[in-house]
Amino acid sequence: MRALTWHGTHDVRVDTVPDPQILNPRDAIIQITSTAICGSDLHLYDGVIPSMQPGDIIGHEFMGEVVEVGPKSTLQEGDRVVVPFTISCGNCYFCGKEQYSACDNSNPVENQDITEKMFGHAVGGLFGYSHMTGGYAGGQAEYARVPFSDVGPIVIPDGLEDEQVLFLSDILPTGWMGAENAEIENGDIVAVWGCGPVGLFAIQSALIMGAEKVIAIDHYPGRLKLAHDLGAETIDFHQTDVREALMEMSGGIGPDAVIDAVGMEAHGFAVDNLLDIAKQKVGVGADRAAALKQAILAVRKGGRISMPGVYGGFTDKFPLGAFMEKGLQLKTGQTHVQRYTKPLLEKIQQGKIDTTFLISHRLPLEEAPKGYENFKNNQNEWTKVVLNP
Amino acid sequence: MTELGNSNSRKGKNAGAVIVAVGAVAAAGAVYVANRHREGKRPHDPHDNAPARTRRREFGDYDVVGKTVTINRPRSEIFAFWRDFENLPKFMENIEKIQPTGKNGRNIWTIKAPAGRTVQVETEIVQERENELIAWRSVKGSDIDTEGRVKFRDAPADRGTWVEAIIAYQPPGGAIGKMIAKLFAKEPEVQARRDLKRLKMFLETGEIADGRHQAEKD
Repeated sequence: MRALTWHGTHDVRVDTVPDPQILNPRDAIIQITSTAICGSDLHLYDGVIPSMQPGDIIGHEFMGEVVEVGPKSTLQEGDRVVVPFTISCGNCYFCGKEQYSACDNSNPVENQDITEKMFGHAVGGLFGYSHMTGGYAGGQAEYARVPFSDVGPIVIPDGLEDEQVLFLSDILPTGWMGAENAEIENGDIVAVWGCGPVGLFAIQSALIMGAEKVIAIDHYPGRLKLAHDLGAETIDFHQTDVREALMEMSGGIGPDAVIDAVGMEAHGFAVDNLLDIAKQKVGVGADRAAALKQAILAVRKGGRISMPGVYGGFTDKFPLGAFMEKGLQLKTGQTHVQRYTKPLLEKIQQGKIDTTFLISHRLPLEEAPKGYENFKNNQNEWTKVVLNP
Repeated sequence: MTELGNSNSRKGKNAGAVIVAVGAVAAAGAVYVANRHREGKRPHDPHDNAPARTRRREFGDYDVVGKTVTINRPRSEIFAFWRDFENLPKFMENIEKIQPTGKNGRNIWTIKAPAGRTVQVETEIVQERENELIAWRSVKGSDIDTEGRVKFRDAPADRGTWVEAIIAYQPPGGAIGKMIAKLFAKEPEVQARRDLKRLKMFLETGEIADGRHQAEKD
């Protein structure tokens, strides 16, 4: 089959690779009809996620048709499914608590050693996202092997287009959980850093959850326009002092909740951010957390921070004093996708959530490298790329 | 790994390879062994309730490794699975097979060794309490002196069962010992953790997670 493979920093290629096989009883094989490039794929593209190996098939937002099932799969050949990017067994303590991304049993034991050392605990398995999350082949390919297919994939009823449901795989639930973790109350003012796909879905979700006002922060006019069209007020951080603006836009109080939808590769001018860029370039695993640091200073006293943005290492100069003295709380984590797929599918069917507004480009799989290059370097116009194998 | 039997590291990391190797075998109870062999030499510390094997201390000539894992299955089911020693190679990486000898509680463990070779150890069950405890040790005259113990306790709040496996092992001298030690150059703690997590996967999900794309690949 053809698949997008990672070969190094800014080097992804479409190669011919062996087809996947059923290896465990609960597996299924999916023939992929639509798959997307995620903002977090750019962290792989930029080479800042450890434990990637040349030839790894990447991509974790995908859907398609079931073409083969293992004896313990509950799917049927021909089912049309969206596959969550988190691989979860459904049997362990964490899956029982619907903390699916913390699954104990989806990351092969040999791959658990890295995060066991680095984070103190092994993380769960993810599709196409380095060997420390399992080394599973991803979905930017013609076919994918889906473990625990009786737990993860959601069967899509007739009458819905791929583009209406594809993002149930990651960014829609991720934006939703990002808003949920901000514990929004009626009348709240919510600030969202980053108007990429996750930030945009977080904005949409926060408004559905009853936020009085959502303020979106980015520096790409194209992305700020998408946020504005959703009903957010906007701040261009290249033009405006963000903290001062947020104070003025919230009656001198500061936003009640802030959402960091940027993550480890934040753009920013602060000196420590530039230092962190240098450290990332030499591979010492420093997270550039400029957005998060700014959010901590901006949020009101006793406020809430939600951090759907991806981090993988360490950060310097974390404003711990502001965090404690202002009495803040922080919620974060890889998305517990399986918790949200059903309720969000219903909201899509009811027309309450629009998933297609952010798609800017549709490409055949063969042109995926062009998609990566532009998604990385031309973020103003390239807001979301969908690939069709 | 340093020279076998040089027990100067915490928790016996050096000969660890062997331990787990055997570990598979026995991964013998630190505490168990310690109690039997070192009675009175290890003062109890009333201010520290942690398992003895996690302390920065040594166990004489024995290397000891122990791990606890929570398995979301009933105690009786896990006990029965473990009690059937032929099941253990399903999750113990270094054990090729375990065969009952026919004699009560005796098994022959075939441990993988370098260059496709194997080493065998015969063990006998020395203590058993249904759904609570299984302890075994190598029979007299074995090349490898090892003891193991696995305990099963109800986990709090319906989380299943706490399975605590401890293996103690006295590195063998001579060529065999060196050979085994070289092979299992992985840290024994890591090996023990991997084995127990495989057990957990198998009993909770019915399969062991496999990150590969294709059976032939790597």
